[in-house]
Amino acid sequence: MKYALAIYGAPATSQAGQTALQFAKAVIAKGHSIHRLFFYQDGVHTATTLASPPQDEQHLPAEWESFIQENRLDSVVCIAAALRRGIIDASEAERYERPAHNLSDVHQLSGLGQLIDAGLEADRFITFGS
Amino acid sequence: MNPSVCIISTRAPYHGQNAREALDAALVSASYDLDTSLLLMGDAVYQLLDNQSPEQLSRKSLAAMLKALPMYGIETIFVDSESLQERGITEDQLVDGFTLLEEGALAPFITQHDKVLNF
Repeated sequence: MKYALAIYGAPATSQAGQTALQFAKAVIAKGHSIHRLFFYQDGVHTATTLASPPQDEQHLPAEWESFIQENRLDSVVCIAAALRRGIIDASEAERYERPAHNLSDVHQLSGLGQLIDAGLEADRFITFGS
Repeated sequence: MNPSVCIISTRAPYHGQNAREALDAALVSASYDLDTSLLLMGDAVYQLLDNQSPEQLSRKSLAAMLKALPMYGIETIFVDSESLQERGITEDQLVDGFTLLEEGALAPFITQHDKVLNF
């Protein structure tokens, strides 16, 4: 079965991202596929390369990064939600003349159309937290 | 026939960006020519209160944005009547242009849509 996951909660303030990651791993382990991950609202904080939690604590952004890479998943971060919250890639940093960029390159910035499309394309569309 | 989409908004209008971002999802869905319904339930019913003054919070009025929805192809906003009752809100306190879903109508309303996005 083809799944799409939408994640609306931030790693430091919500359980959503961790639950979604466990769920995504179970989906793959059971032989299903993931059509797309879509990070929206505070979920966009998952895509930062700058989070540095203490070493004996879970590093959720890094775990998502390896999971996405290992399974070659399509991971989209909503561009409007990301820009609002200071999650930005190199080309947007240039466009808005910001001094730095922090979007992990396993994710790509794109529009909400990708969320709607994921909802339509997938057999199961699952939302995690807000 | 185009698939139908139900966007469920559940948060108060100025609770962070949640309500605004749920509305954005509804607008994008409608712009894809999908038959899109916006359903307000829980604290989201506060979004429709008339006479909001969010400029004191340096925010834009959600009610004003909701009023403009027909221009974007979303004809009616659906409101859960139980959520209104729980909060002591009466229909005349809300801006015009909504359809009330009475108790018992909520579940059939949601299931008649092909896709449901919950915020």
